[in-house]
Amino acid sequence: MSEHSIQVTINGKLHAATVEGRLTLSDFLRVKAGYTGVHVGCEHGVCGACTVIVDGQAVRSCLMLAVQADGASITTVEGLAADDGTLHPVQQALRDEHALQCGFCTPGVVMTLAALTSGAEKPSARSLLEALSGHVCRCTGYQGIRRAALKLAGESKGPTE
Amino acid sequence: MKPAPFDYIAPRTIEEACERLSEAGGGATVLAGGQTLMPLLALRMSQPFILIDINRIPKLKGVSRLEGGTRVGPIVRQNEVIADSTLAGALPVLITATRHVGHHQTRNRGTIGGSIALGEPAAELPATAVALGASVQVRSNRGSRRIAAEDLYLGPYATALEPDELITDIHFPDWPVGTIPLFHEVAMRPGDFALLGLTGSAVVADGRVSRIGLAWFGMGPAPLRARQAEAALTQQPIAKLDWRAAAELAVADTAPLDDQHATAEYRRTVARRVFESTVSAALVRRGA
Repeated sequence: MSEHSIQVTINGKLHAATVEGRLTLSDFLRVKAGYTGVHVGCEHGVCGACTVIVDGQAVRSCLMLAVQADGASITTVEGLAADDGTLHPVQQALRDEHALQCGFCTPGVVMTLAALTSGAEKPSARSLLEALSGHVCRCTGYQGIRRAALKLAGESKGPTE
Repeated sequence: MKPAPFDYIAPRTIEEACERLSEAGGGATVLAGGQTLMPLLALRMSQPFILIDINRIPKLKGVSRLEGGTRVGPIVRQNEVIADSTLAGALPVLITATRHVGHHQTRNRGTIGGSIALGEPAAELPATAVALGASVQVRSNRGSRRIAAEDLYLGPYATALEPDELITDIHFPDWPVGTIPLFHEVAMRPGDFALLGLTGSAVVADGRVSRIGLAWFGMGPAPLRARQAEAALTQQPIAKLDWRAAAELAVADTAPLDDQHATAEYRRTVARRVFESTVSAALVRRGA
């Protein structure tokens, strides 16, 4: 059983820690670094609740080891809203469209949409909806989440197919 | 659910990775994208003593054009494959197939080499490698060898790779400009495991098929090449082809199983229609 020293930037703050090889990134973020907005649902890559942004890409943090994130820059849901509490556009869109109920899946959904809408180019509604297929929500029936995604893509109606 | 303890190492070179694989004597597992391996570790279905993370080996990255083909590094992420302009031009069906692998979030980590090395029978990339005539270059302390994708798959998750061997390159032969991509997958939801699918490419010249490679996934214990159908279609005038008979031949080269999602008979029935609609529609449009 090996232990490793790692340095990870989380929401702009540098964290140094010693981790066991087998520690997942999701457990590291929650337990060692205190970012409990990272929700751990299935722990084997199915539900998408633990999605965070690693070096600009939305990934499932339960399917990555903490030691693999050494040197990486990570954003969790805690890192999105401004210091004065102003919501990130993705959070605002979800709120406006009543896209959450219990809220367990929400941080994952938010991080996927935030990663895909962070570029200069506006993503298509189709690409956002496709990416949402990587998230399981048991409350909403997805319609609010779908509307929020369409709003973020600047389209009022979904793709025709 | 937490993985059982293991030693983790992240070699920086292929030589070091091979050295460690050889020392481990079968007790090591290679970690590429981890999108299948990490669940297996979490469920403790896999309990290696040593995890060898190959993500920090620069030589395993990259896409490059070679004489007569394209070399893809095994740790190229699936979403990098989709966005790669070289691959989009040379191997359009590889892009389509990769779009069907997992979800956007898992494709950001999952690698082309990991999928090809795993040999999941319902996976898109092993079958596409078989259909296009790809091969893998593997290395170990004992030397290196080239394995054709068609010879790589022995059964579900069983490959010709020895425990000390590492895939260092994936080679796709060139297909001419204007090659027709052929791909269709049947799954219950986007991102789910495929119930079945057909993948490949064809070249049409003067109203005839001059070259075709077709392989099934989810239609047997491994990706299966539709050899008889390929032979029946090659060099025949497209306008005169008997598609129903060709579909029959294509399904003759499969060995589907019953499982909780579908029976073997259902798979064969759907496969015939997938073959007819996918291959005939694409070829008739081009060949007419």
